[in-house]
Amino acid sequence: MTSETTSKSPEAAAVPPPGASREKKRVPQGHRRLLTRRDRVTLAFMAGVPTVLHVALVWVTALASIALAFTTWDGIGFDSIKWVGLDNFRQLFTDNPQFWPAVEHNVIWFVVLILIPTPMGLFLAVQLDKRIRFSRVYQTAFFLPVVVSLAVTGFVWQLVYNPDTGLINSLIGANKPGHYIDWIGNPDLNLWAVLVAASWRHTGYMMILYLAGLKGVDPSLREASALDGANEWQTFKNVIFPTLRPTNTVVLVVTIIEALRAFDLVFVFNKGAQGTELLSILITNNIIGESSRIGYGSAIAVVLLVISLAVIIPYLIATFRKERRA
Amino acid sequence: MHDLTPSGLSVPGPSRRTLLRGVGGAAALGAGIPLLSACGGSGSSASDTKTVTLGSNASDAVPKKAFASVYTAFQKQSGITVKVNTKDHNTFQEQINSYLQGTPDDVFNWFAGYRMQFFASKGLASPIDDVWEKIGGNFPEAMKKLSKGADGKYYFVPLTTYPWAIFYRKSVFQQHGYEVPTTWDELVALCKQMKKDGLVPIAFGDKDAWPAMGTFDQINFRLNGYDFHVQLMAGKASWTDAKVKAVFDHWSELLPYHQDGFMGRTWQDAAQTLVSKKAGMYLLGSFVAQQFTNKADLDDLDFFAFPEINSAYGQDTVEAPTDGFMVSKSPKNHDGVVKLLEYLGSPAAEELYLKGDPSVVAASNKASTSAYSALQKKAFEMIGGAKSLTQFMDRDSRPDFTSTVMQPGLQKFLQNPKGVDSLLSSIERQKKTIFAS
Repeated sequence: MTSETTSKSPEAAAVPPPGASREKKRVPQGHRRLLTRRDRVTLAFMAGVPTVLHVALVWVTALASIALAFTTWDGIGFDSIKWVGLDNFRQLFTDNPQFWPAVEHNVIWFVVLILIPTPMGLFLAVQLDKRIRFSRVYQTAFFLPVVVSLAVTGFVWQLVYNPDTGLINSLIGANKPGHYIDWIGNPDLNLWAVLVAASWRHTGYMMILYLAGLKGVDPSLREASALDGANEWQTFKNVIFPTLRPTNTVVLVVTIIEALRAFDLVFVFNKGAQGTELLSILITNNIIGESSRIGYGSAIAVVLLVISLAVIIPYLIATFRKERRA
Repeated sequence: MHDLTPSGLSVPGPSRRTLLRGVGGAAALGAGIPLLSACGGSGSSASDTKTVTLGSNASDAVPKKAFASVYTAFQKQSGITVKVNTKDHNTFQEQINSYLQGTPDDVFNWFAGYRMQFFASKGLASPIDDVWEKIGGNFPEAMKKLSKGADGKYYFVPLTTYPWAIFYRKSVFQQHGYEVPTTWDELVALCKQMKKDGLVPIAFGDKDAWPAMGTFDQINFRLNGYDFHVQLMAGKASWTDAKVKAVFDHWSELLPYHQDGFMGRTWQDAAQTLVSKKAGMYLLGSFVAQQFTNKADLDDLDFFAFPEINSAYGQDTVEAPTDGFMVSKSPKNHDGVVKLLEYLGSPAAEELYLKGDPSVVAASNKASTSAYSALQKKAFEMIGGAKSLTQFMDRDSRPDFTSTVMQPGLQKFLQNPKGVDSLLSSIERQKKTIFAS
């Protein structure tokens, strides 16, 4: 493209600007000439196709889902859509025994991910950053759970937790009548059991993010703090960690997203039975499949959307403000 | 049917098939455009009088092959080819709404009961009274009742069925000198005795959330009768009714004799405790026999009907989920469809199918029972002798109600049997809004 535009522009540049009035006319003309017909078609495609896809797949669907949240619809024929106002939300907030637990579990999911696997991932990243022997092997080992699909992770962990033949119950002898520990079914246990699996994966994810961040830390900073006589912990706390600020922002956003979109692991683990209800699973159960409570499911989806926006918008505002200042 | 749940959903878990489906989906995307044009081409040939299209959910090897043999026999007899489009069992069920609204096949596999009536009343199925004029004589009264829509017209041709009952091993009962219980008190006493003898009285696994529905159904129609059960399932009777409360009271009495840790156990694992003689009884559909892979074990398997609770109803109702065929809203080859359904409603077709898939029994009482195993014979007699047949909670009621309210509700009860009152009022509130829509 550049070669084409430059091959055209000399002609425009060769003409010396005879006067201000002439130049005024010439500028838009030359601008037009910068883009050939082919360029314009290409540009139209490059901008148009993503726009169409984005509008159709993001905006239209999101707005349709919001609109459907105020209706009841069994998915059969458009004429069966009935406007019900805020009924779906009223039912959701007052009558649905699964809704508030689901919100709570999504929050717990986030809190646990940020409190346990995230510092753990940072710790591993710091250790691996020291160029210890077999660093690559460890990296691969810790990162492997991230590569594996969450559905597979869920499947593997539910084998580990199986009450009769699972690894844990077999090892501790909790698979005999009267001694059962029901990791998958017991509503006081199952969320924590599944969070162990989620943390197992999230640790590796966080490790890679922090490792990338640490690689970007200027080595002279370490040298300087070493010269000042700071020990390892002091260096980390006062020098390294503050420079990881951009990484921390990414980690926070990623963790929030992970907590809100948590679905596959639990769905495979126990389909979101009592104790592990999640918003995403409630949406699926109501919309997908034969049940087809599309309006009601959309209402839950809208709640999830509002929560996501409440988290994302302040983040975006803060980022843009920072950019403007810079 | 093979690794299917009674609700007809195939057992979840990332199987090879799921993966293959993913690959197939990707391939279909790539091949989408040529496929569409191919559809246009075949559209004209589908409307000829020599082809009938059929949407099938029989994706498992055994039923698929058994159905294929039936269609081949039909082609030989009538000269009409059945073009089968098989979809994964689970996917078929989940997509049924959009499938029936789009361009469905002429005939499709479906289940009897409320689920069938739902699509009939939505105008997504064609009445087939003309077919039933010919095949009516082949079926007992209870099957006829199951095949009718809410408007009294026929919409369904049943092919196979199987019963829910309490399964046990003859050798275990013999060894301990147990008698088959015929009343509730005898059942409770037997449970106590089994516990004393170191057995798990009732094997149980509710990880998939549907098995508990089976227990509820049994206690409810034994205690409150078929009519009340139907009313309750149709959303007409109230869940806060004292009769429903009584069902849960009975269930609570039996719950301590159920296998521990059931919330995390699949029905297959629970069945293994019966296979290994660690459990005395198991309330399930006759598909439990699939877990008895050893011939000697299978011969040792027997069952009895859930005991009587209320003498007014005795043991007059049998839960017998029935599979069969329906016709889509505007079949392209109507005459061919009628011929096909007439054939599928004949004893010959059922016998042929059962030859390929002996895990179920024929819906027709005219089909020969000579090839049946002892278990099949007993199942057939039990269903034939029933005054009323139910399907299963999720086939007898609205699927949105059973999947989003009853499945979590019953699991909640199993975790906390004392919280029945608040649970029932919550179920009733949710039921009202769902059935109102």
